[in-house]
Amino acid sequence: MEPTQSVAKRSPRRWLVLLGILLSALTLSGIAASPAMADTVSTEDSPEDFEYFFTGNVTFDDEPLEGVRITVEGDGYEAETETDAEGKWRLGVPEKAEYELTLDEDTLPKGVVVAEGQATIKSEFGLTKLKAVNFFLGEGQRTTTDIGAQVLIRFINGLNFGLLLALAAIGLSLIFGTTGLSNFAHAEMVTFGALMVLTFGVDLAFPIWLAIIIAIVLSAALGWTLDAVIWKPLRRRGVGLIQLMIVSIGLSLAVRYIYQFLYGGSTRQLPGATLASDIHLGPVSMSWVDLASMITSVVVLGAVAYFLLRTRIGKATRAVSDNASLAAASGIDVDRVIRIVWVMGAALAGLSGILWAYFRPGVSWDMGFQILLLIFAAVTLGGLGTAFGALVGSIIVGLFIEMSTLWLPSDMKYVGALVVLILVLLFRPQGILGRRERIG
Amino acid sequence: MIDWIQIFSNAAQELISPTTAAYALAALGLAIHFGYTGLLNFGQAGFMALGAYGYAISILSFGFPVWGAVLVGIGASVVFALILGIPTLRLRADYLAIVTIAAAEILRLTFTTNTFADITGSASGLQGYKGGFADLNPIPTGSYGFGPFTYNAYDWWIRIVGWSLVVILALVTWLIMRSPWGRVIKGIREDEDAVRALGKNVYSYKMQSLILGGVYGTLGGMIFILPRSVVPANYQTSLTFFVYAILLLGGAATILGPVIGSVIFWVLLSFFSGFVARAVEAGWLPFMSQVQAGQLRFILVGIAIMLIVIFRPQGIFGNKKELAFVK
Repeated sequence: MEPTQSVAKRSPRRWLVLLGILLSALTLSGIAASPAMADTVSTEDSPEDFEYFFTGNVTFDDEPLEGVRITVEGDGYEAETETDAEGKWRLGVPEKAEYELTLDEDTLPKGVVVAEGQATIKSEFGLTKLKAVNFFLGEGQRTTTDIGAQVLIRFINGLNFGLLLALAAIGLSLIFGTTGLSNFAHAEMVTFGALMVLTFGVDLAFPIWLAIIIAIVLSAALGWTLDAVIWKPLRRRGVGLIQLMIVSIGLSLAVRYIYQFLYGGSTRQLPGATLASDIHLGPVSMSWVDLASMITSVVVLGAVAYFLLRTRIGKATRAVSDNASLAAASGIDVDRVIRIVWVMGAALAGLSGILWAYFRPGVSWDMGFQILLLIFAAVTLGGLGTAFGALVGSIIVGLFIEMSTLWLPSDMKYVGALVVLILVLLFRPQGILGRRERIG
Repeated sequence: MIDWIQIFSNAAQELISPTTAAYALAALGLAIHFGYTGLLNFGQAGFMALGAYGYAISILSFGFPVWGAVLVGIGASVVFALILGIPTLRLRADYLAIVTIAAAEILRLTFTTNTFADITGSASGLQGYKGGFADLNPIPTGSYGFGPFTYNAYDWWIRIVGWSLVVILALVTWLIMRSPWGRVIKGIREDEDAVRALGKNVYSYKMQSLILGGVYGTLGGMIFILPRSVVPANYQTSLTFFVYAILLLGGAATILGPVIGSVIFWVLLSFFSGFVARAVEAGWLPFMSQVQAGQLRFILVGIAIMLIVIFRPQGIFGNKKELAFVK
C-alpha cells in the first residue's frame, strides 16, 4: 500500500543488523513477572495496562539508528513508537495474539533499506510476555518521488479506496432509503465477504476466482437471511426506527466478536494481496490486483446505476426510497423491493470487503468496522438515502483521506475525513445530493 | 475442579468496584440524553475520554491541583457538547448519532496519534496522575474490609468518592427531572413540535441536556481512570455500546435503571467470564480456547442489547409509557 517507495538498487551483501535477542528466556520471565515494567505507579491492579511487549534494537553497521518508526497492528489494536538514541524500541500490546510489526522505511537514514519483504514481520508471543523482533537492514536506494507525482499517486489510491467505499455505501444508503434503518451491522457484511474468500480461497484452497464468486453469493444469501430472520419480523412488529438502529448495533457487536471467536484476532493475507507493483503508468505503479480492483468497482457501480435507472425493479426501488407509502399505493410490492435491496446491498458490501482486504492489505475480524464510520460519512456527505449521493460522497471521502496524508500524519488521516463530515453537516445538512425535507 | 468461591468473590467485588460506579455515571448521563430528552448520543466514550485526558493532562503537563483538573475536564466536555450540538441538534435524531460517534472517534484518534505523544502519551497512554487524589485521602494507610471486600486505603477512597458521586448525581437527576425543566425535557422527547408550540426554545433545552449528560460522562471518565492508567484503546465505540447496554438493561428513562443496570451488568459479566474461563481451564468446553472465552462476553453483550431492545425496550425498571424510542 505504499507505492511511493521501491527499492531500486540493493547491495548484494547484506550487512547486518540487529542484534538480536538480547535477553534469555529466564531474564524475560523475570521482567515480565512484574507487569508494572518499572514505569507504572498504580497502587491497584490495572487490567488495562499492557502485559505483553514487543521489543527490538535497530542498528546498521553497528551504529544505532534513532527515530525509526515501528508500528504494530493486529487483534484490533494499533500502536507505534520510535527507536531511542540507542536504537531500542518497545511496544506494549493488550493481548497475547499475533501482531504485524512494520518498520517505516521513510524514517530510515538515506541509503539504508529494510531487506526485501522484511519491512513487515508477523510475530507471536511464545511462553514469555516479551518478544524480540528484529528487522534486517541493508544498503540500498529508495526512489523518492516529487510532489506532483506524490499527488497523482495519492489521487489514484484515493480513487481506488473511494470506489470500494462506494460499493458498501450504496448498499447502506439504499437500505436506509427503503427501510429507514441506519444499519451499523453493515460493517460485518463487509467483513463477511473477505472472511468467506479467506475460508474458501485459502483454508479450502479453491481457485481464487471461484472463492470470490462463492463469497459474493454467500454475502447475498446473508443479506436475504438477515432480512428474513431479523428485519422483516421486526418491521412487522412495528418496532421503531431508533430501536431498529440499536438492534443493529447489538447485532454488529455480537457478529464482530463471533468472527473473532471463529477466525482469531490475527490478520491474514489473501492470495495475490502482496504482489509486486509492476504496472507503471507514469509515476504510478500498481499491481494488477489494484488495477483489477478499480475496474471491478467501476463495472459493478455502472451495473448498479443501470439497474436503478433503467430496470423496472430499480425504478421501483427508487420509488420506495422516495416515499414508501406512495409506492405501495401505486402497486409496488414494498416488501419484495426491500428484500432485493438487502440481497443487493449485502452482495455489494461483500464485494467491497474483498476489495478492502486487497487494499489494506489483509483480512481481519474487525476490518469492516474500521471503515464503518467512513461509509457512514460517505453516505451522510452524499445525502442520506440517495444512491448516487453515496457514490459521490464515497469518492470524496476516499480522495480526501489519501490526499490528506500529504500533509497530515498517516495515523490522523481518518480524522480529517470525520472533521469534514461534521463541517458539511454544519453548512449543508442534507448532503451534496440530498433534499431538504429528509433532514427533519 | 472449578473454584466457585473465587468466581463468586470476583463477581461480588464488582458490586462496589470503581469501574461499576464509572459506568453508572456515564449511563446516568446517557439517561438524560437518550432516556429523558431522546437525543441519540453515540459519543459517550468521547465525553469519558475528555474526563480522563482532561484530568490526567492537567495534572501531568500543567501541574494543576485536583479541583483544577476536574474543572478542566468538565470545561472540555462542555465545549465538546457545544461543538457537537450546534450543527446537529436542529436536525433529525440520526444525524446526532452519526456526528457524535464520529466526534468520539476523532478524539480517540487524536489522543492515539504520535503527533501529540509528548502530551497524550500516544498509544501507551498516561499514568502517574494519582498523587493529588491520593493526598486528599483522609483514610489512614492500611487494609480494611472483610471477605472479598478487603482493600487498601487508596482503593477504599476511590470507591467512596465514586459511589458518593453516583448517589449525589442520581439525586440531582431525580430532582431536576421532576422540576419544570425536566418536564420540558420529557416533553421534547414525546413531541418536539408541541413543546415548540408552547413557546419553548427546544434547541436551547436540548443543548442544556447534551451538556449536562456529557458532564456526567466526563465525571464517570475521571472515576474510571483513578484505579488504572489512561489508555486510548479503552475509548473505542464499543465503550459507548457497553454504556448503552447498561442503560437499556436498567431502563432508559429512569434514575435507578442506569445505576442498578451497571451493577447487574458488571456482576453478571464478571461471573460469566470467570465461569467460562475456569470451565475452559477445567476442560469442560474442549472446543474453546482461553482467548475465545474472553471474547464470548462481547458476543453476549451484543445479543443482550438486541433482545432487550426487542422484547423489553423499557428495561428492568422502566415504564412502558415512558419509552425513549418515540420516533
